[in-house]
Amino acid sequence: MRQTRNGGYGGVPRWIYVLAAAGGLFVVLPLAAMVAKVNWTQFIPLVTSEASLQALGLSLRTSAASTVLCIVLGVPLALVLARGSFPGQRFLRSLVLLPLVLPPVVGGIALLYTFGRQGLLGRTLEVAGLQIAFSTTAVVLAQTFVALPFLVVSLEGALRTAGNRYEAVAATLGAGPTTVLRRVTLPLVLPGLASGAVLSFARSLGEFGATLTFAGSLQGVTRTLPLEIYLQRETDADAAVALSLVLVAVAVAVVALAYRSPRAAERAPSGNGERTTPARAPGGAAR
Amino acid sequence: MSTRTHARTVVITAVLMLGLAACAPASTTPSASQSAGSESPASQSPGATGQVSGTITVFAAASLKATFTQLASDFEAKNPGTRIVLSFAGSSDLVTQITQGAPADVFASADTKNMTKLADAKLLDGTAKDFATNVLEIAVPPSNPASIASFAELAKAGVKVVVCASQVPCGAAADTVEKAAGVTLAPVSEESSVTDVLGKVTSGEADAGLVYVTDVKGAGGKVRGIPFDESGRAVNTYPIATVGSSRNKELAEAFIAMVTGADGKKTLSEAGFGAP
Amino acid sequence: MTFSVQAAVAGRGFDVSLALGPAETVAVMGANGAGKSTLLNVIAGLLQPDSGTAELDGRTLFDLTEGRGEWTAPHRRGTALLAQEPLLFPHLSVLENVAFGPRSAGVSKQAARESALKWLGEVEATELQSRRPAELSGGQAQRVAVARALAADPGLLLLDEPMAALDIHAAPLLRRLLKRVLAGRRAIIITHDVLDALMLADRVVIFENGRISEEGPTRDVLQRPRSRFAAGLAGLNFVAGHITEHGLQAGALNLFGHHDAAAPLPTGQPGVAVFPPSAVSVFLTEAHGSPRNSFAVTITDLEPHGDGIRVRAGVGGQLSADITPAASVDLGLAPGMQVYFVIKAGAVAIYPS
Repeated sequence: MRQTRNGGYGGVPRWIYVLAAAGGLFVVLPLAAMVAKVNWTQFIPLVTSEASLQALGLSLRTSAASTVLCIVLGVPLALVLARGSFPGQRFLRSLVLLPLVLPPVVGGIALLYTFGRQGLLGRTLEVAGLQIAFSTTAVVLAQTFVALPFLVVSLEGALRTAGNRYEAVAATLGAGPTTVLRRVTLPLVLPGLASGAVLSFARSLGEFGATLTFAGSLQGVTRTLPLEIYLQRETDADAAVALSLVLVAVAVAVVALAYRSPRAAERAPSGNGERTTPARAPGGAAR
Repeated sequence: MSTRTHARTVVITAVLMLGLAACAPASTTPSASQSAGSESPASQSPGATGQVSGTITVFAAASLKATFTQLASDFEAKNPGTRIVLSFAGSSDLVTQITQGAPADVFASADTKNMTKLADAKLLDGTAKDFATNVLEIAVPPSNPASIASFAELAKAGVKVVVCASQVPCGAAADTVEKAAGVTLAPVSEESSVTDVLGKVTSGEADAGLVYVTDVKGAGGKVRGIPFDESGRAVNTYPIATVGSSRNKELAEAFIAMVTGADGKKTLSEAGFGAP
Repeated sequence: MTFSVQAAVAGRGFDVSLALGPAETVAVMGANGAGKSTLLNVIAGLLQPDSGTAELDGRTLFDLTEGRGEWTAPHRRGTALLAQEPLLFPHLSVLENVAFGPRSAGVSKQAARESALKWLGEVEATELQSRRPAELSGGQAQRVAVARALAADPGLLLLDEPMAALDIHAAPLLRRLLKRVLAGRRAIIITHDVLDALMLADRVVIFENGRISEEGPTRDVLQRPRSRFAAGLAGLNFVAGHITEHGLQAGALNLFGHHDAAAPLPTGQPGVAVFPPSAVSVFLTEAHGSPRNSFAVTITDLEPHGDGIRVRAGVGGQLSADITPAASVDLGLAPGMQVYFVIKAGAVAIYPS
């Protein structure tokens, strides 16, 4: 009997570890190969060139904006999908998740025909004095389009796991639907919302195809870091590799943030008689 | 509930992998049947000129897609028992692939710079031959919404112009033309490939774009081409060469001979390319 | 000022009508799936019945009779629900949890805090006010949940097996607490424990298959159960049949018994015979002699019961006899054996059902 660290039964056959190691290497090895290619003596000048810094700044700004947009649009969507019951609900869910399976270029083309000059809404917007094509707004829209499903999926899962029993209790205590949403539902699914937002941010940061198709590529306006890498690759492989490393580092930080253990506050109550008050260090000094 | 969660994780993983796959450039286009060439160079009788056989892979710049597809099938028709496998991508991508050991027999570049890279790396067999030229042209939507008639008019206020970024050959050419004409453009986008520039014009997003003459021809009626005098200041030359690691140099040379010969000139000229 | 509900849920075979006085606590008992929680959910507004009406202190909770469709949202009903699990909001402190109801009612932060402190004092949990729910034991959490429900000042308090999830040390504490806070308060409490019904409720309502099969003052129901379920709660053997001149006829079984009515019971009417298992003796052969009941049964189960052995017999083990372990060994009892249950007529109470 294999044992886990805690002494419980592990139940994973040994050969699975071999395949798991292969799987891990499959992801890690290409990253390592890229890191090995980095021209370290030139690294700092390469990543701090004006074009690089502008691309990085633009990427961070647009990703932050699209994450906000994802929250504004995605939270209601997730709530309706998880809590509502109406005809066509399953169909709506499939539609919302569609950008996950669409090639980003297709997303870009679809956005073009919606918000572009000749597009469905674009003509109206242009009359209203709003020009989206070739603007930073276009980048944000492209990123939101591809990132929205990540937030909706995370949050809907969290909402379903949380169930609606707390909400029912809150309602019988006299809280109206908006109060329940604000004081009970959202705080309960906050970890799910946070990881969904972080994933959306990460997806926005990596967005390439839809941006290239829909927003164009102009330094400081629409040329995000992935587009800059793609362009640099034409002439300066060293710069492309250096910038790729920056993007990997940001992505690793973001993913680590999303999956950091949120367990500390969720210890289950013992339910075993009255528990003694946890000892508190005086003034918190001994912690 | 946990089963659902697992299923969802699997879906997301699969989706992410799909996304990756979609990003990878995959443009290998076999021009003939699926049967793989089985003959080795050693089996060929020496001295039998004009009697070539086997399979070669041709790496060609993306702008050559239409013409080279035509030329390859013509070549196969005239030389039974040969097969030309074509792979199209940006010239610099192709150089990277050949440098990394991709099995190419012939390389046709859209500029001399990328060909020079391979020559400097001693990856060519012999020297490259120039076989075509290409010049820039203004592409506008058929309705020409900004009423562009000359290169200087691209600099008018409110005209949405899209060009290639300086890093890629069509962008370098655009820079040269701008200097020659003494006009400074304020493009709304600097794309990394000429097809992206063309796409912005065909979709009507941009009022005008700087692309190659051959691109305008290839787009059919979707864009209108406006030639301009200054384009002659930035002539792009297309060289072709046999790759040093080729295992069927005879066939490679034969194909290059056809491209640079009368047949090739005719097909290229029909597509809008100039003679070197 | 009363509460009344009449509701039917066709899909669950639920059809119940119930009314409560201003300060009355009613215990609802019944087997699992009998519709007890359905009743609370319908009253609280978490489940919409197919038809029915409900009214609380002159306000309509719902009116789904023909041609009408009034439905008051759960948060406007004033029917706080306390479930088996405390369901304290995990992200709020104990004090914030208790202040939740007053805050939702629009009371100022300070006033809600004072009210919460008062109710925490009422359930002897003032010292827990700054803790998080995860830092409470099951008993503590349920006490806080009681305070939270009361702080919402409900016109009707709904308790769904509040003691069920507690261990045997915490339950008596909460029962005493509920006895104190439910006094003079209108409440419906679902319970499986006859002790809860006796201690906390003025009246007990027995649910069977979505309908009320019996109701009355708790003591009366337990002493003279008219339903098999209530008899089981009281720990009594229960036989339903028709009243005869000397007792009760239930199929082939003819039981002799007594009744305490002033006049003779009307013969031929439906009635029940009730007797404690301790009044039943077990013999291997038929015993004669009046006034005695003796009839053959087949043993289905033997199980420990207190100091003795409970012998279950008859269809579905519906009749029980309590005997000493020594007697069980002497008789060599085993499931499947046929034996005779013998009961003195004086131990069998007969009354109309």
